[in-house]
Formats: sequence, structure tokens, C-alpha cells
Amino acid sequence: MSSQIVSLDSFVASPSPVRGCASSSCGSSARPADVDPDVWEKIKDHPCYSEEAHHYFARMHVAVAPACNIQCNYCNRKYDCSNESRPGVVSERLTPEEAVRKVVAVAAAVPELSVLGIAGPGDALANWKQTRATFDAVRKVIPDVKFCLSTNGLALPDYADEIAGMAIDHVTITINAVDPEIGAKIYPWIFFDHKRRTGLEAATIFLERQMRGLEMLVARGILVKINSVMIPGINDAHLPKVNRAVRQRGAFLHNIMPLISDPAHGTHFGLTGQRGPTPAELKTLQDQLDGGAKLMRHCRQCRADAIGLLGEDRGQEFTLDRLPEFATCDPAPRQAYRAFVAAERGDRGAARADALRSVSAVADDVLLVAVATKGGARINEHFGHTREFQIYEAGPKGITLVGHRKVDAYCMGGFGEDATLGPTIAALDGIDTVLCAKIGDCPRDALAEAGITVTDAHAYDYIETAIGKLYAERFGRSAAVA
Amino acid sequence: MAMSINADDCTACGACESECPSKAIRFQGAVYVIDPKKCTECQGAADAPQCDEVCPSGAIAKAA
Repeated sequence: MSSQIVSLDSFVASPSPVRGCASSSCGSSARPADVDPDVWEKIKDHPCYSEEAHHYFARMHVAVAPACNIQCNYCNRKYDCSNESRPGVVSERLTPEEAVRKVVAVAAAVPELSVLGIAGPGDALANWKQTRATFDAVRKVIPDVKFCLSTNGLALPDYADEIAGMAIDHVTITINAVDPEIGAKIYPWIFFDHKRRTGLEAATIFLERQMRGLEMLVARGILVKINSVMIPGINDAHLPKVNRAVRQRGAFLHNIMPLISDPAHGTHFGLTGQRGPTPAELKTLQDQLDGGAKLMRHCRQCRADAIGLLGEDRGQEFTLDRLPEFATCDPAPRQAYRAFVAAERGDRGAARADALRSVSAVADDVLLVAVATKGGARINEHFGHTREFQIYEAGPKGITLVGHRKVDAYCMGGFGEDATLGPTIAALDGIDTVLCAKIGDCPRDALAEAGITVTDAHAYDYIETAIGKLYAERFGRSAAVA
Repeated sequence: MAMSINADDCTACGACESECPSKAIRFQGAVYVIDPKKCTECQGAADAPQCDEVCPSGAIAKAA
């Protein structure tokens, strides 16, 4: 087996082949030039805060926070299905004691685990007793996992001090508007100071407290990510203003997410026919905001009980009835995995720098590439097993991850079905080339007919290395020379 | 004089339990229930029944 081949699964099974430097400072070559070293220490293992980290590290959410203190027009908590993937949805609510059992079991089975988050399914701060009890108890048994929480921000000014005191490094606030007139179209009511408030009064109180909460967290050295739901016709044209407002107040990352509004979910927006943005509309807005507060492009809008790398959800493997009676809290596999990543990152950082040089010399040509990967920043997934392609853009700005596209796995148990290839081709609209570890002749020919090239020639390469080569081949430049 | 929860509409989020000033609400089986002996409809404690104010699914009404 070539040393290029990195399977996370095989690593989990045998952590012994770790080689290279195991020191925590090693791998610093992976640190992006525009990120301060102190900040890098906080984000380098957090898959949501670092695009780089999301190739390697896993998060888990525990659903200990069912209550909420506001209503959003895109949320309906009644509908709940384990096949659904969206925020606010959860299959199993946990007490803090059950949550700790679950975290211990997952930590024992998933060495990639680096972050424990509380993101609902309601609001982490509207259930502060449970949120706090969960973090305090986990800290005692697994001190090496980072904590993170997600909130609508209404209660944030009340808890900012406590959050800072608990060493929670990362907080996400969902901010969809800064003008109350627009906020009132998104939030029908809030419950604040013992009263349900509606309309402009609600939005005015709410948005003011969100901004104050953001300022308080930044002042306490906490990294804040802002999530914004893009709602065409309501706040899409307003989001650049939100971007400026949160950037001025020191937000670390801004994540623009598309509205999910299937009528079957029973949300207000779903039932009134409010549509979500097309992928092209979303990308246009993200491109417009690039260069502002750093933009997050790798969000998967995961469930409030998701477990695993961002593109996957292993939550169903860890339901309460499947948890082992006893699980150990041994940190050794996680430490070994982190040492492996540190070494791998140094190597990948050098490869990435080479690849970037190969595209930066060419002027205007842009290449959109879909990648089949199961982690490790390498092309290591079969085409037919892929449920999500990572989309990279190569051009004058370099090679960047610009999003992902979900598909139904084409290949089920070894038999590809023509029926599922149509939607896959539609999902790959506009993509020039697909890079995967392996693909059969039949689907390759079908995609070629649709104008999409699929190749497994770069199997197990680093993603950026392969795209750099592809770019050089396509536009007639040699990567080595450029 | 008491509020009650319609079990069909309750999503068991528990928002009402933590807002109740009379500690009249508790989790029972799959949903929350209000003890009519303890419920005061928040008279003297708040302008309106807190459980009804915070409930996201309209599951709470005056007991028949």
C-alpha cells in the first residue's frame, strides 16, 4: 500500500503507524498566513471554525437543550425524522447525565472527536441549567475536548460572563438581520422578561441583545461565528449590511446558509411558499462578501444531534439504546490521532503551497471541480459511494473550497442504478471535472455524455495537488514551472 | 382555575416547566402535565400565564 493512502477507518483500527513529529507546535505550516498564532491554537482542531480542520476532525452535538425562547419562521420543532438533516431537528432528547454517557462512548469510538457542541434542538441558553451541567460533567472526564455552543443570542447578555468562565472558546450566534423591520418578517415572537412580544417590539429588543451579546463575547476573547439564513426577498439584499455590522464588532467568521423550506416540514416559510436560494444565488452572495469577515464555505447545516466529520452523521450509531454499559475515557487514541494529523498537515501544507503556485500564475481561467472524499483532505472516496461532493474553485484567487453538493449514493451494495444517476448529473451542473478514487465505466460514460469529465487518475492524492495538476494540464501550464 | 396542556400538540420541549412560577409543571411519560392544584394561572406573579406565553406549539389553554 502506498504511503499516500490514508484511510481514517484504517487509522482508527491501528493507531501504530504514526510517524513524524508529534509535538503540538508541529504542523504550524498548515496555519493560514492571515490567522494569528493564538487564534490558530483555538481553531486548528475545530471543524466548523477552520476549513482546514474540517478535513480531519469530528464534532458531536448533544441534544440537551429542547426549549427555545423565540420563534423563527423557518423552524418547526414538531416535525422530527432521523433522515432529516437540518438544524433544530433531533431524534432523541438527552438529560445531562445521558449526554455525558454518550460523549464518553463516542470519544472512545471516534478518535477524530475534538469538539462537543450544544446547539439545541432549541436554544442552548434557554436551557442554561442543562447546558452548564453537561459541560461541567464532561470537563471532568474528558478534559481534552473543546466546548462550543450555538444560540439565537436573546439570552446572551445574561450569560456571557459565565460562558467565558467555563472556557467555552467558541460561540455561534444566528443573526439574520440588523434592522428590526426585516427582523419582524423572520421572527413572529420572542419570550422576554416574562412576556411574549411580537412584531417590531420583539425584533427591536432581540436584535439589540444579539449585538450586545456579540460585543460582550468578543470583549472576553471568545471566537464568535455568525450564522445567517439567506431568505430570498426578505434578507438577501440585507445580508451585506449584517456582514459589515458583525465584522465591525469583531465576529471571527460569517456563515451564510441557504433557507431550508420544504412544505413537508410544516414551517411558516415552508407553508407560505417562501423559497430558498438557488446554489448560484448563494454563491453569488458569498463571493460578494468575500474579503469581509472571513466567510465560512464548508457548513453542512447539521442536526442538533449530529456526530462525526462535517459531511457525515454517525448519530444513529450512538443512540442511547446502543451505548455500551461501560466505556473508557482513555485519551491515548485521540492524542495519537492528533499527532498523526500534525504530521499529515505539514506535508499537506507544502503540497498545497506547490499547487497554489501552479494556478496563481494563470490569469482569468476558472475551473470548478467536484471531489469525492471521506476526509484527510485527500481524494479517497469511490464515485458510487459518494453522498456529498466537495466543490473547489481553481483560478486567479487560488484553490478554494466553495461549497458542497449532496447526492444520493449512486452505488448501493455494488449495483449502480441508472435511476439515481440523473439527479447526480443535475447536482453536478456547472462542474467541469469530478475527482474520485474509483469509478466504473458505465457511470463514467454517462457523465461524459452529459459533459462532465470524471477521473480516478488522482486517486489518494491531496485534493489541492490534484486540482493544481488538472489546472496545469487544462490551461497548458506546467505546475513545476509556474 | 388552572391551565392544561393538550398532549397532542405538546412537543415536550419543557420551556413551560422552567417558566412556571408555581412549579406546577412536570414531565410525565412523553409529555408535560400541569398539576391543577398548584396552577394559579400566574395571577399575582405575571400578566399572563407564563406557560402559554412561552409555548411554541399552542398546546396550552385554560382547563375546561
